[in-house]
Amino acid sequence: MSAFFTLVLKDLRQRLKDGTLLVFAIVLPLGLAFLLNMLLGGDPETEFTAHYGVSDLDGGELSSLFVDEVLESLEEEGIVELTTLSSEDEANEAVDSGDVSAAFVIPEGFTEALRNDESAEIRVIGDVDSPEEVEVAVGIAEAFASEHHRVQLAVLTTDPSSEEEATLTEQAAGHPTAVRVVEDTDVDRRQLDSSTYYAAGAAVFFLFFAAMPGVVSLFEDRRTGTLVRLAAAPIGTFTILMARLASTLLFGLVSMGLVITVSTLTFGARWGDPLGVTALTVAAVLAAVGIVSAVAGFADNSEQATNWSTVVALLLGLMGGALFPLANLGPWAALTYVTPHYWFLRGLTDLTAGGGAVSLLLPIGVLSAMGVAGVAVALNRMGRMLHA
Amino acid sequence: MALLEVEKLSKSYGSNTAVAEVGFHIDKGETYGLLGPNGAGKSTTISIIAGVLKADSGSVRIDGQEHGVSNAATKGQIGFVPQELALYPDLNAWDNLMFFARLYGLSGAKARSRCGEILEIIDLTDRAKENVSTFSGGMSRRLNIGVGMLNRPRLLILDEPAVGVDAQSRNAILESIQRQAADGVSVLYTTHYMEEAERLCDRVGIIDSGRIQAEGTQRELISQVGEDDTIVLSLGGGKDRAVRALKELSEVREVSVEGSEVRLLLKDARSVIARILEVVTASEAVLRSVEVQEPDLEAVFLHLTGKALRE
Repeated sequence: MSAFFTLVLKDLRQRLKDGTLLVFAIVLPLGLAFLLNMLLGGDPETEFTAHYGVSDLDGGELSSLFVDEVLESLEEEGIVELTTLSSEDEANEAVDSGDVSAAFVIPEGFTEALRNDESAEIRVIGDVDSPEEVEVAVGIAEAFASEHHRVQLAVLTTDPSSEEEATLTEQAAGHPTAVRVVEDTDVDRRQLDSSTYYAAGAAVFFLFFAAMPGVVSLFEDRRTGTLVRLAAAPIGTFTILMARLASTLLFGLVSMGLVITVSTLTFGARWGDPLGVTALTVAAVLAAVGIVSAVAGFADNSEQATNWSTVVALLLGLMGGALFPLANLGPWAALTYVTPHYWFLRGLTDLTAGGGAVSLLLPIGVLSAMGVAGVAVALNRMGRMLHA
Repeated sequence: MALLEVEKLSKSYGSNTAVAEVGFHIDKGETYGLLGPNGAGKSTTISIIAGVLKADSGSVRIDGQEHGVSNAATKGQIGFVPQELALYPDLNAWDNLMFFARLYGLSGAKARSRCGEILEIIDLTDRAKENVSTFSGGMSRRLNIGVGMLNRPRLLILDEPAVGVDAQSRNAILESIQRQAADGVSVLYTTHYMEEAERLCDRVGIIDSGRIQAEGTQRELISQVGEDDTIVLSLGGGKDRAVRALKELSEVREVSVEGSEVRLLLKDARSVIARILEVVTASEAVLRSVEVQEPDLEAVFLHLTGKALRE
């Protein structure tokens, strides 16, 4: 154990002396976060305001629910400015003239159709020049439609003559959570404020680069002969490798801790519950160290290890939305799930949205699995490096 | 009593055989040289003995104990000085020594005391707090050796420790190794410099193409290969009479003349030299100089392998 700590302390000392901490933990992540926030930032919760029109041609119970409970509640929160339109033609004109970014048209017979289990539609007329606002409008309509559909299905599986039908129909008409878009459980619709997003993205992006020197230095140690000397010492291979990974892990944690602290104090980033952030950060650092170590483990020398790790770090960072939010990826969206960046940001988003500890289980589980798998591969590959 | 016993050690990399059934032993307090050109298998052999590499087959025993990469007990009895400068250049000499001392189980006052002793031995006390990156080649080499001595090893393994240093530093390095041997430490020393092997080693193993070609003391090796001594006489007047007389001597196997220089091939020149001089004097030749050339390890190596040591 003493050898383990001796190795860890020596590695940390070297990293502190070579300025890696300063560059990868402070200068680059905070510099990039500041730059991106300045260029692309803006708090979605306070700055996004869309001008929508609504034409309720049905006037029924369920269309009123959509207009009164959904759209007007969004208007009260300042997210939407709402204009009432009397017809579909007027809605078209309002969109064409640019008076509104999108218009909702609820056709006559909407409530009746839904009550009879027939298809009904909310038409969203969008302005091609306002894609973001149109996307949000579609999202609002979809959220309402999906919630309503869920309740209708429930009614359909119940004996139509029973008392439960009346109860469930009543719930369908009056269920307040069904139309609360901001409380939707779909995390893809949640967002971090821009300061937190860019600080977190840059932190996890550069975490991979911060992990590189520790792992890659193993090749440098082999080149200079110090690895041979370590291998000749009365300590196990596992101890040597685990100490290197542990020091890299510690360095990553310090690096993340610095970004979190400085971004909170200077940018006003809101990372959420400290305990949750700590757990998520540990898992993210483990994943970064595991992935970088595993990739480096297949290299023959330090240059190759650095190059390969850099490519992987860049690809994962871009795919995982660490530098800018990803939208409209369609089927490619699944690719983001293989990146630790996505899971870290998702966990953070859940946390800041008040998701609590349970919401972190999946992100932390995925990140930890990535880390453990990576470390296992690295130990196997690098163990061969020592005594081959 | 052998401290190190190596038996039928073999190691291959793919189809390339680096070491083939190498076997030798080193007694306690003995200095054994592994002499061979680059690529002969010296480094692979001692890497296996140092517990860095796994052998494909064969065995290594330290004081009767089976030794390998995962045997911490036997590894703790070995001091290893790799050919590379196995030091951290961004740390100072003291920190390098303390780091490796702790890895060998020394701690606190014991570690500090031993590091101080080592700095004295390698004459770097004044430079202890300077980064190794600022050291000259000779200083780094000395520190490299110092690290290998930290754990007071019973077997000190040195892989070409004096390569690439100036004559003064080389001398200091060889002296420090001789002091270790004098203190009873067994030394395994690899080199492709014949002079180093001749100066340091009690016995020498000549290795080439991964195999031990011959081993023994220097005299044993020379006698094994049957190389003759040479006496070179520079003669003035009366040279022809002297040559005729020298050819009559039964101890002289061959006489050749080139200008004023007469070369005599014979066994054990030192025991015959007095008789040679008598014959020259009796033939009234003018003797200007005499030189005795004994065969060295270089000649032995050439004889055994057909190539020079530094090829």
